[in-house]
Amino acid sequence: MFANFDFDVIARSLPYLFREGMSFTLMLTAIATAGGVILGTLIAMSRLSGVPGLTQVATFYVNLIRALPLVLVIFLIYFLLPYVGQWVTDAPRPIEVGALSSSIITFTLFEAAYFAEIMRAGIQSIPRGQTAAGYGIGLSYLQMMRYVVLPQAFRTMLPVIFMQTIVLFQDTSLVYVLSITDFLGAASKVAQRDGRVTEMYLFAAVVYFIISFSASRVVKRMQNRLAIVR
Amino acid sequence: MNYHWDWGVFRHPLLDGSGIYLDSLLIGLKWTVVTSLSAWVIALVIGSVLGVFRTTRSPILVGIANVYIELFRNVPLLMQLFLWYFVLPEMLPQAWGDWIKQLPESSLYTAIVGLGLYMAPRVAIQLSAGVGALPRGQRMAAEAMGLTTVQTYRYVLLPMAFRIIFPPLTSEFLNTIKNSSVAITVGLLELTARARAMQEETFQVFEAFIAAAILYLLLNVLVTVLMRWIERRIAVPGYISGR
Repeated sequence: MFANFDFDVIARSLPYLFREGMSFTLMLTAIATAGGVILGTLIAMSRLSGVPGLTQVATFYVNLIRALPLVLVIFLIYFLLPYVGQWVTDAPRPIEVGALSSSIITFTLFEAAYFAEIMRAGIQSIPRGQTAAGYGIGLSYLQMMRYVVLPQAFRTMLPVIFMQTIVLFQDTSLVYVLSITDFLGAASKVAQRDGRVTEMYLFAAVVYFIISFSASRVVKRMQNRLAIVR
Repeated sequence: MNYHWDWGVFRHPLLDGSGIYLDSLLIGLKWTVVTSLSAWVIALVIGSVLGVFRTTRSPILVGIANVYIELFRNVPLLMQLFLWYFVLPEMLPQAWGDWIKQLPESSLYTAIVGLGLYMAPRVAIQLSAGVGALPRGQRMAAEAMGLTTVQTYRYVLLPMAFRIIFPPLTSEFLNTIKNSSVAITVGLLELTARARAMQEETFQVFEAFIAAAILYLLLNVLVTVLMRWIERRIAVPGYISGR
């Protein structure tokens, strides 16, 4: 089965796989997580704000995005952005948006809907008495969110946020449909160039497994340490 | 925006003359449904077996289930489809590999099997949580009555567990439908792929993808309504959702 397995092709392409491919995968994961958590928190706050209009828009956004396949959204935003750019900058024709920036924007917007649900659960887990006490000592809404609610919501939800990040890390492989050189894209390019599909794909799968598996182990351990005793 | 909207594009004939673009999208929808349903059957069967394994007292069965779950949960779906589609035929004996490669519709089979195996761990985790949620007394009572392990599961634990986990299973099925779009990468002409082809041929980017999005939303609503109805019918009297 492994008789004519060529381990050398893996060794030769390691610098390319990790320096070009994995660095983009990790960068996309990091930016989409940070952006998604910030945007998601704002969406969750809007959804819980009770302000007519704002609540409905936030709810609609979350439900819409969560009902659509990521692959479809990747395509849609990739083709939509040039026109949005043209509209924003008032340019005479659609502006050019590269696949890389498009994928970063897509993943941030898409994951924001999922992080919004996580943050909503976090915010709702804070006992009502705390917000009442916050208003009672004269905090404004923003101060109360900043000093009372959000720090605890983040802490409670941190393991779930990281679990979602691991899912996100795996989902970034879908940028393949835009022919981007992420980790899988790099492996696929070497595989096709050298005719070594078996070796490259098995190696890529092993790398994805090791990273996701060890990350989820770390998160599980963190979960036990972070738990707030009430 | 100087985008030229043309909603009449759905009535334009396909390049190969076999119909209009609306037909193409609907055929895509059909393959999305076929792929998701078949994959869901595989996921339910394997997931249920593994889920039961996890709740037994045998360390070997629990180990098998956990290894499968970790293996299939920690590799991206796209990667798994590539392994089944490109790598598996190379790893098998020559004759078998050639047979697989020559299968007509090989991307459909790859998508169904790959997606099914990928979703199975999610079913397994839900089911073992469902069995775990039952009062300890139910298993004990069944054993005290002299039921064998198989009978205990068949007549006491599983009928309850499946009804408890029905709502989370519904959302996993919705995820299966969404994930079926990943099969575009192994050449399956499902809904997303059809919309993509339509966009490439007609340049009507937004009409194509918005139509696909609407079809996904309708499918989502349909499944949700249907599942809620079933959920009400199978609710256990005396439990939260029961009457």
